[in-house]
Amino acid sequence: MRTNVERPRVLLVDDYPDAREMYSEYLQFSGFDVIQAANGMEALQQALDASPDIILMDLSLPVMDGWEATRRLKADKRTAGIPVVALTGHALAGISEGAKKAGCDAFVTKPCLPEDLVKEIQRILDEASPARKARRSGKHAKTVG
Amino acid sequence: MRHRAPKANGGAARGDRRNLQLAFTVAGHESPLGARLRLLEGFIGRTEVADCAQYALQWLGEQLGVSQSICMVKPAGEQSLFTVASYGFVRNEVAGFTLSLEDWANPLVAAFNESRLAPFPTAHSAADRRRRPHTPFEDLPFQAVPLGVSGVSEDAFALLLTAWQPSAPRPELQWFFQHFGQKLDQTLREQSLSDGDRKQGRERSLLYSIINAVTDPILLTDTEGRLMIANARALTLFTASEEESEGRRGAVRMNNMLLSSALSSKAIEETGASRRELLLVNPVDGSDLLFELLSTVTEDPRHGTGVVSILRNVTDLRRASEEIEENYRRLRVAEAQARAESDRLNLIIDSVADPIVVTDAAGATSLMNEPAERLFTMRMPASALQQRWVQANDAHFSSFIAGMLVSADRRRVGEIGLMDPASGEAMPVEAIAGKILSEHGELTAVVTILHDRREALEKGKLYEQLKQASDELERKIQAATADIAQQNELLRRQAIELEQASALKSQFLANMSHEFRTPLNAMLGYTSMLLQGVAGPVDAGVKRQLSRIESNGRHLLAIINEILDISRIEAGRMPLQLSQFDIPALISEVKAELEPIIMRSKLTVVLDVQKGLRPIRSDRQKVKQIVLNLLSNALKFTHHGTVTIVARRNAPDRTLTVSVNDTGIGIAPADQERIFEDFRQLDNSPTRPYSGTGLGLSICRRLAQMLDGQISVKSEVGKGSAFMLTLPLKGRR
Repeated sequence: MRTNVERPRVLLVDDYPDAREMYSEYLQFSGFDVIQAANGMEALQQALDASPDIILMDLSLPVMDGWEATRRLKADKRTAGIPVVALTGHALAGISEGAKKAGCDAFVTKPCLPEDLVKEIQRILDEASPARKARRSGKHAKTVG
Repeated sequence: MRHRAPKANGGAARGDRRNLQLAFTVAGHESPLGARLRLLEGFIGRTEVADCAQYALQWLGEQLGVSQSICMVKPAGEQSLFTVASYGFVRNEVAGFTLSLEDWANPLVAAFNESRLAPFPTAHSAADRRRRPHTPFEDLPFQAVPLGVSGVSEDAFALLLTAWQPSAPRPELQWFFQHFGQKLDQTLREQSLSDGDRKQGRERSLLYSIINAVTDPILLTDTEGRLMIANARALTLFTASEEESEGRRGAVRMNNMLLSSALSSKAIEETGASRRELLLVNPVDGSDLLFELLSTVTEDPRHGTGVVSILRNVTDLRRASEEIEENYRRLRVAEAQARAESDRLNLIIDSVADPIVVTDAAGATSLMNEPAERLFTMRMPASALQQRWVQANDAHFSSFIAGMLVSADRRRVGEIGLMDPASGEAMPVEAIAGKILSEHGELTAVVTILHDRREALEKGKLYEQLKQASDELERKIQAATADIAQQNELLRRQAIELEQASALKSQFLANMSHEFRTPLNAMLGYTSMLLQGVAGPVDAGVKRQLSRIESNGRHLLAIINEILDISRIEAGRMPLQLSQFDIPALISEVKAELEPIIMRSKLTVVLDVQKGLRPIRSDRQKVKQIVLNLLSNALKFTHHGTVTIVARRNAPDRTLTVSVNDTGIGIAPADQERIFEDFRQLDNSPTRPYSGTGLGLSICRRLAQMLDGQISVKSEVGKGSAFMLTLPLKGRR
């Protein structure tokens, strides 16, 4: 896996352009390298092409939904090591379980303020790379609602 | 007695038996020549036929041992043989014995006409008897000897019947027949039977016939008690031949003895008739025979004094009298039985509640029981109307009976419309009539039983009504059932529709929640970014306005979340996740989460948790949500003072209570229930001072109910409120 210690690469998958734009802007503002995908199919392609450090995956997507895309990512050796954070507006019970089952490493409920999302991404990346953890300040992500 | 001593010759004194006996004995030792001489000497002085014959027969018996003999003579111009003398018989045994010469079939007549000697051996059987002629010899052997002028010859005019005596010397017999024949012929020629003699003989035979015909025994005895004349009936009682059984002879001996003593000398000495009872034995079967003995002493100048006895059999009379008595007794018993039977029958008939009428063959009433009397007889006093009813009843019944009498049916069942004379009610009765026939098939009576049909009709009517009501009810039930089924079907459809609607609603809410969140997410995200100065510095005024956007956005998000919670609970899509957890830890956690607000409010929050509380089993997340809500409410509505969180175990009903007590604004009693309704804050104005969606408590109550618990409130306006969550220690689900 390619690691970019200075600017971790985030693959942001969301079919809602405003949300994708907003998170992308803030993530870049927060020092991340951001690539985007609007559906599951694109996400699989981008994951293979750009080798992101982490994937933010909206679950309700056209063409191929987030669950299916996550399953495929985790089934592929080349992408299986990339942490996937499920990001969804669905608050119904069972959604997070379904996401975990599909192979997601974390679950974040929308609406999620950009700074909270950044905190969550930071936490997961720190867990995945203990060396990074030493350099990070230890604030926890918090979801609203 | 059969060997009655015959009369001695003319010279002998009458009745001097002893002298006679002596003479016989002397005669028995005579020489045949002497005897012949004596017979011829005897003949010399005798001029009458009967006298002569009697003498000859006596000689025959004494001299030649012929024990019994009869001499019959055919007078000139007659076609019959008449008995003129007999020896060895009781007189009346031979008295009526005659033979008609026209009776060709009679062997005796044949022997006489053909002038030949005919032997008749002993009769041993009924067949023998039929072959033999009827004679006084009965079954004994004898021979018939036709006598002519020269003994046994043609032109016989007499018939001599003699007992069979094989020992008698034949020459002597021949000699006797010859001389007796000559003498008889001579006597007949000289002094033929006069008309008077014949008439006398006939009358005598008639008299003997009459005597014999009398069924009562008639006897003539001499003064010594010896039997002289006896009729047939008397002979069976007082005589028995040697051949007869010992028993019969014994009975005869006994009877003679009894008769002799009855005719004792004393009785005979009395003149006139005497009458007494005499018990004899029937020699035939040994039974007792009771006779009434009438004896009369007769004086006969020729035969001396005798006693005529007539025995009247009173055995049958006595028996008849006894039988009559017995019959009478039986009759009385039968009568008593019949009366008892009749009484019983009456009792039975009277005890029957249904009217019973017995009618005779003419249709007249012969018997009725009490219930029948009430219908058909007048009871005094009776009103004119009642009289009419009774008469009408009688007429109806009579016509029924008349119909019965003319019909051939033995039974008839019909209905008669009577009136109850007591009440005047119509009284339809069922009449069951039966004919009683005698053993000859004649109608003797008609028995009619009347059965009141009113009750049955009434019952029938009631039954009909009941049935109608029941049918009606059934129809109603069916209708109602159909209605219910329809309603059920409707309800089922509605339920399905509701379920579908509810599912649609939940789905809609879930979708809506998602659709709300997506733009809200962008709005909140950009606002946050603006406030953080991602796009460049923002001045204080703008920052304040952005903050307002942010807080309203958050409020909108909270509302959306809570609506979603309610819809999830109501759709049954909020699963319980039961686990064991500690309440004190949960309370601390809640307090810690709200610490920023507590800090801002400057209120004192006190925890009062019972020591040693055991973990409870419930859904931790939901319990936490409730406590969080209650505490945030308390903080929201309390401006100064203390908020106390108390946890206590309620031992009796195995529950636990977490209460949040504040010193806040309080709730009026009238509003204490309303606060649990949806979207309910007491101040519903748009500019209300307290934030919140108004859904918190209604969600809390729903969640508590899901956990088998409850939430209650105690409050006083201006003093504070206490909200209590009570949960079971062990959730059932």
